[in-house]
Amino acid sequence: MPDVSRPVDEGELSQLVAEAAHDAIALEIIGAGTKRAVGRPTIAERTVTTRNLRGVTLYEPRELVISAYAGTPLATITNELDKHNQRLAFEPVDLGAMLGGGLGEATIGGMFATNFSGARRIIAGAARDHILGIRAINGRGELFKSGGRVMKNVTGYDLCRGLAGSWGTLAIMTEITVKVLPKPEETRTLLIAGQPDEIAVEAMCAAMATPYEVSGTVHIQEQLASRLATEVASSAGRAITALRIENVSTSVAYRVEQLKRRFSAYGEIVELDHRESLGFWSELQALSFLWQSQDPVWRISTAPTTGIRVVRAIAGYMDCRVAYDWSGGLIWLEVPRSADAGAAEIRRVIATLGGHATLIRAEPSVRATVEVFQPLEAGLDRLTCELKAAFDPARILNRGRMYSHV
Amino acid sequence: MTSIALPAPDPNIVAKRHDIVAGLKGLVGPENVIADEDGRRAFETDAFTAYRRMPLAVVLPTTTGQIARVLQFCRKAGVKVVARGAGTSLSGGALPAEDAIVLGVSRMNRVLEIDTENRIARVQSGITNLEVSNVVGGEGFFYAPDPSSQLACTIAGNVAMNSGGAHCLKYGVTTNNVLAMTIVLMNGEVIEIGGSFLDSPGYDLLGLMVGSEGQFAIVTEVTVRILRAAEAARPMLVGFSSSEDAGACVSGIIGAGIVPVAIEFMDGPAIRVCEDFAKAGYPLDVEAMLIIEVEGSDEENEALLGRIAEIAAAYDPTVVKVSQSAAESAAIWRGRKSAFGAMGQLADYLCMDGTIPLTALPRVLAGIARICETHGFRVANIFHAGDGNLHPLILYNANDADELERAEMCGAEILQLCVEAGGCLTGEHGVGIEKRDLMQIQFDDIDLIQQMRIKQVFDPDWLLNPAKVFPLNLRSAA
Repeated sequence: MPDVSRPVDEGELSQLVAEAAHDAIALEIIGAGTKRAVGRPTIAERTVTTRNLRGVTLYEPRELVISAYAGTPLATITNELDKHNQRLAFEPVDLGAMLGGGLGEATIGGMFATNFSGARRIIAGAARDHILGIRAINGRGELFKSGGRVMKNVTGYDLCRGLAGSWGTLAIMTEITVKVLPKPEETRTLLIAGQPDEIAVEAMCAAMATPYEVSGTVHIQEQLASRLATEVASSAGRAITALRIENVSTSVAYRVEQLKRRFSAYGEIVELDHRESLGFWSELQALSFLWQSQDPVWRISTAPTTGIRVVRAIAGYMDCRVAYDWSGGLIWLEVPRSADAGAAEIRRVIATLGGHATLIRAEPSVRATVEVFQPLEAGLDRLTCELKAAFDPARILNRGRMYSHV
Repeated sequence: MTSIALPAPDPNIVAKRHDIVAGLKGLVGPENVIADEDGRRAFETDAFTAYRRMPLAVVLPTTTGQIARVLQFCRKAGVKVVARGAGTSLSGGALPAEDAIVLGVSRMNRVLEIDTENRIARVQSGITNLEVSNVVGGEGFFYAPDPSSQLACTIAGNVAMNSGGAHCLKYGVTTNNVLAMTIVLMNGEVIEIGGSFLDSPGYDLLGLMVGSEGQFAIVTEVTVRILRAAEAARPMLVGFSSSEDAGACVSGIIGAGIVPVAIEFMDGPAIRVCEDFAKAGYPLDVEAMLIIEVEGSDEENEALLGRIAEIAAAYDPTVVKVSQSAAESAAIWRGRKSAFGAMGQLADYLCMDGTIPLTALPRVLAGIARICETHGFRVANIFHAGDGNLHPLILYNANDADELERAEMCGAEILQLCVEAGGCLTGEHGVGIEKRDLMQIQFDDIDLIQQMRIKQVFDPDWLLNPAKVFPLNLRSAA
């Protein structure tokens, strides 16, 4: 177990990184460490956690903006926002429980460093789309900022998005400013049971082509649906397809009726009321359908109508259990344990059909030997290496976490 | 007399103009190269018209392959390249230099693929913003970012500047709506970023490319997200006797959990000029006005505007007028959208583009009035209130050389005020040359050096759109 440093302010962290850069000491960068088991095992002599950089530094509900230090637990942010009936609209995914840890522990820094967004991503954008500003420390120990606290800002290059999803390999975010949105007055869900994947994706895409601002479209195959706690979803004993509608109450009523009329041909529609809907979608946000097994899990992003072809092709090689989000474009794929967690076949299918795949859950020995993140084409790979050097020339930040040579 | 210094052209490059033009014609065909003086003159400026520079030549390629060959050639010859979409930049983003060629993408304007099921459109980057919405409109879809120049401006330019629009409070700006792009680096390498899916793998190169002001690479193809249009949209007008009341009303609406698709603010001078020009039916006896638009079915819009009117009632509005017909809706927007044209009939103007926290609006507006009065200029303010993007229009006389410089100084003071209020120099127009020398108001040198290091990853010789975005004296530090 490497040494763990817990800097309490930007100055201490900056000095620590500058010294490590000088001495070429590789650092593992984590927040709460809830996603530590994702990615390639890092090669580090010391661990640095942002956990002691915590606290909300600005919250202006009337301007839809909140700022917090990177180590602030997501739960703290959510509690603050709850007081003003607001939320993070991209619905951050909580990987804690599916990776064997707890829920609600993840930090806001880790959330943006990994850029995992939930079901609402299809209408509200990804985590990266909600970042307004950052302060961060690069691999030289230099503190820099980008963006700000206002909604619209094109002053200089967009390093906010540049750092999103970089898994702590470019810089350590210290403070993040985020756009928030009001919670809608009402949420309702339409559930259809027993649809095959093809029909479900067709229905979900059709729902997204209506003007009713459907804000969640998932289809969960039977084996995974049976693991859900929401009884009406798991008790069917069949696959379930869900559509979410959120808005002011009068609009929700109108839109639900319109959608029901349009989709009744697919089968019997069960409606979840507001309270049931919140429970159901928060369960999905925590990926509860992946809790009961420790088998490897892949996360694949592709075009919605390509998703079913990807799954069909992979199913030709291995027994797999699937949940589709983003109207079919995001696939959570649970596969049997094997030496490479199915990487060879899955990567081949993705290379043919298009998209990208990340191995989210697997033993460290597997993650050390397969490409966990989508391998990059030569040109992208070169830019990736040079960007790494532009932020972290000594390669001390999360070395090897994303790619072995980065 | 102007205050923005442009570097002296490299005489060795200028001397080789004849050979450079011949080389370019050999690469892309003479029909795609403009070398005569009259032809080049059409490209010597963009919408930031106070600055003009005659480029060595203008190249208008028709394929990604041609662009790769042109860039390779220019890199070898050490020739600078200024990328250009439609030339609508308000910050001088497409201003040429005498030792640079202009590389325009306007002839690459085809739609490559429309896929409504997966909700994407793949286009060549020279297509206009509005054309994208037009080609998917028949199926009920649209492309969301809607800059005022959308009739003319290209997707390439939108990507370069991360363009926004009046509706970005709900739908986001360019960076939130791009899924993939084909780029050509200065060494001629063609790279595909992203795909027809959400969230590209690896580092967020799409995020870095959008807003890079033509300094990283030439964008030749773009895959954008298209959205299903709402059933209908409907605006209302609310007039106030003070900008404080109007600003507080916007806070009140958002605080109540309502996010309209657009909230536009106009101050007294802007209202009167626009009404005079467009006969939009605006109240003339108010000092501030909001245009608030909602989307949904007719019944939904009726209900939501009713709620907004109830909220607004608490902020002493002097006029509340809900559009009762498509004609009234069109008139309301016609007034707002004619603002720049209407101002242009009165005088020349500099359009500022700062963003501020909404709650700072009254203080900033008072500050702007004071600054403009000190410099002796009239000013009108237009404000995307939902997202804090403020457009003060400083009216001046371009025929008086001294006035431009003073107007620029006045603008710089206004932008400084925006930054001090917690905002930024530019919300949607980009830095270009216009705000290049103001960057140190908002950023420390370390911030800018980190940005310049990224520029060097993409373009190590600084040949793409140089002398923009960063103060010239900082270059050597990166």
